[in-house]
Amino acid sequence: MSAVIESHDDHHHGPAKGLTRWLFTTNHKDIGTLYLWFSFAMFLIGGAMALVIRAELFQPGMQIVEPEFYNQMLTLHGLIMVFGAVMPAFVGLANWLVPMMVGAPDMALPRMNNLSFWILPFAFLMMLSSLFMEGGAPNFGWTFYAPLSTTYAPPSVTFFIFSVHILGASSIMGAINVIVTIMNMRAPGMTLMKMPLFVWSWLITAYLLIAVMPVLAGAVTMMLMDIHFGTSFFNAAGGGDPVLFQHIFWFFGHPEVYIMILPAFGIVSHIISTFSRKELFGYSSMVWAMVSIAILSFVVWAHHMFTVGMPLAAELFFMWATMLIAVPTGVKVFNWVATMFRGSITYETPMLFAIAFVVLFTIGGFSGLMLAITPADFQYHDTYFVVAHFHYVLVPGAIFSIMAAVYYWLPKWCGNMYDERLGRLHFWLSFIGVNVTFFPQHFIGLAGMPRRIPDYALQFADWNMVSTVGAFLFGASQILFLFIVVRTVMGGKKATPEVWEGAQGLEWTVDSPPPYHTFSTPPEVK
Amino acid sequence: MLNIRSTFISSFTVFLGLIFSQSAFAEWNALNMTEGVTDISREVFGLHMFIFWIVVAIGVLVFGVMFYSMYAHTKKKNPEPASFHENTKLEILWTVIPFVILISMAVPATNTLQKMYADEEGDINIQVVGYQWKWEYKYLEDGVNFFSNLTTDQDEIYNQTPKGEHYLLEVDEPVVIPTGKRIRFLITANDVIHSWWVPDFAIKQDAIPGFINTAWTIVDEPGIYRGQCTELCGKNHGFMPVVVRAVTPEDYDLWVAEKKQAAFELAQLTEKDWTMEELVAKGEGVYQMNCVACHQVNGAGIPGIFPALAGSDIVLNNKPRNVEILMEGVQGAAMQSFANQLSEVDMAAVITYTRRAWGNDAKGNGEIVVPKEIVEYKENKIKI
Repeated sequence: MSAVIESHDDHHHGPAKGLTRWLFTTNHKDIGTLYLWFSFAMFLIGGAMALVIRAELFQPGMQIVEPEFYNQMLTLHGLIMVFGAVMPAFVGLANWLVPMMVGAPDMALPRMNNLSFWILPFAFLMMLSSLFMEGGAPNFGWTFYAPLSTTYAPPSVTFFIFSVHILGASSIMGAINVIVTIMNMRAPGMTLMKMPLFVWSWLITAYLLIAVMPVLAGAVTMMLMDIHFGTSFFNAAGGGDPVLFQHIFWFFGHPEVYIMILPAFGIVSHIISTFSRKELFGYSSMVWAMVSIAILSFVVWAHHMFTVGMPLAAELFFMWATMLIAVPTGVKVFNWVATMFRGSITYETPMLFAIAFVVLFTIGGFSGLMLAITPADFQYHDTYFVVAHFHYVLVPGAIFSIMAAVYYWLPKWCGNMYDERLGRLHFWLSFIGVNVTFFPQHFIGLAGMPRRIPDYALQFADWNMVSTVGAFLFGASQILFLFIVVRTVMGGKKATPEVWEGAQGLEWTVDSPPPYHTFSTPPEVK
Repeated sequence: MLNIRSTFISSFTVFLGLIFSQSAFAEWNALNMTEGVTDISREVFGLHMFIFWIVVAIGVLVFGVMFYSMYAHTKKKNPEPASFHENTKLEILWTVIPFVILISMAVPATNTLQKMYADEEGDINIQVVGYQWKWEYKYLEDGVNFFSNLTTDQDEIYNQTPKGEHYLLEVDEPVVIPTGKRIRFLITANDVIHSWWVPDFAIKQDAIPGFINTAWTIVDEPGIYRGQCTELCGKNHGFMPVVVRAVTPEDYDLWVAEKKQAAFELAQLTEKDWTMEELVAKGEGVYQMNCVACHQVNGAGIPGIFPALAGSDIVLNNKPRNVEILMEGVQGAAMQSFANQLSEVDMAAVITYTRRAWGNDAKGNGEIVVPKEIVEYKENKIKI
């Protein structure tokens, strides 16, 4: 019996040839690569939609698209960036890095891993195909508030609902895989409190995903029932409750926001420590800060709904709870600064992105704190101030951290160094682009421009023009990013196993690029 | 040669003129929240600035340390990194200090919020109803009742004519309130969720079907205060402004009397014998104001969402159903009841217009509807 197994193990395990390598792969590195390329494609599509929005807003008046199509663009832009760009990118990073960081040979559930990726393209194909349907694509915003998304929705909403179901299934499978891998497959000696922070951040993220994705599935199922089966969950005329939808949606939506930022915290902690050549200042407080943020994320959802007419007690509770989040978030920022303090800093591209992350994410945190103040939120709510706020935490927050991660680990993944000069150029173009785009939106929001409008009053004209110029700069500089990555994958200076001076972690102990299967024998962690 | 040059110069002048006309509406000072015109709005502004300066101070401190370290602790200047890490005292300190700062923010915020929530019956109570895409105002005591529609011309929106000063922020009938009196708004919606926002009062309340939210204000100064719908409510979400005109109590009483007189005169008009030409002419205006958003100027609608009126079987040949749809709306669709939105005259006129326009008169029976028929329809409904 054992002889049979051995002879089986004998043949060489390299990647299969051709397309089947990617279709049938169960290898965490291949699946990680698939996730990352898919998310980049979605990033470009969602970005193109953002440019349609910004082009229309370049001047007052309707120039390029009709209001109906504008609403479809803003809806799909949000959905694609959240579910297609940011989340799959983090899952891709988890696939590549978690097994190598904990010293495991692969993800715990490799076939499910394949499935969780390959249902994604179909989900987005279905969502995007609604653009060509009669009545057009979903046009009710990525938050799809009922009854605009039920009774008053275009027929394509049903395709949207199934698409969200598939995305949810994919996320849940991905999350289960991460948890099982981390819990069961760590190398001997790697206790929980010795895990790299990126692994910690993903463990917490995965639990959040499993907790809230079913809630989203419940919300869209109720929508489906309202639309096709005559129920009235969200239909006031039938005794239903439109506000219930918002409570359910944001019970999912707020933890979702942290799903998109916690892995970024992990990434940035690694990079700042490496390029400061100094141990992270407070490892355990970083872990506890992330755990606190995750727990708090379940009790702040209604701060998205201060204007729906909740009783005073509820408004106060959600205001205070939201303000509390500033404490663990502050701890993280202070820790990053303390890590840099009296370090020996160099400014390679990943470090530039990581520092920009800390500064700009903190600015997004500041405006978040302002938004938490309920009386002031009555003025900020649903204006461009909110748009500026969440783009500051998501673009120079989540997206910059993903770019930092790509520059940081790309030499490990493909064995070649990227072009440092081009990398820095890409950083500076993105940095300027992002700020020119989103900083003026604070102003137009405070001055009173509502979000999600295709045309605006004349006093908002100037800053909108500036914002559009910034958006096109940011968009164009991502083509440079594509060029840099493709060129690095094709060739370039060979990378050493360590890649970076002073980088810590198991992934730096294997070759660059790593063999197709790493850590078939678990390493010993002391 | 001279000709070419002068053409060039003149076109260049036109170009410069264009740029300057662009910057004619340049208001680079649109940077901050309005202070508004009520005690509450000024308090909210104060709170906003208070929190703003706190976060600026924190930012200066934290980024100051960070930028110093980025400058002074580079590999060149500090080749040997320090090795310190983990300091429980410091961790406690930077947990406790932010917590104390937060409490200093929470206390005034809680106070202001309590004041905003001190809601009671107003001297004047106005029901505000959001519709796709207009607002209805019902004065509960004075019995005045009207819809408020955007008046900005489609040509301005589509850049055919220059944009006016209050582009997109102007309506046919602003909601009128007296100064110095407590006004209570009872806010709800007829179809989807809208949100009623007047920045100068610091009032933003969602208008939700099936719910009545309240907001109150006392305005000291007469003036015109403009806001917009702030909850995505469909295609024309950006085109349903809120305009409030605050007047002295005396002017308010005059205005109420005028509104009542106008309502009486309108009722008289239904008695008049209307000709088809009069109805079509009037109906076209009503159609432009109320119908084009969905059914389009050419009556073609938007396939899959808003049905076409040009060539529609009901519009061509089924007059009773035609009237019924406008009076009752269509259940489960965007088409709402216009029975309360339009006067009998406007209702008859707009139906007549759609039955005669876009070649419908040639294809169908082209029967007209006169105001009396609408009155009869309403009376029959009461009998049932």
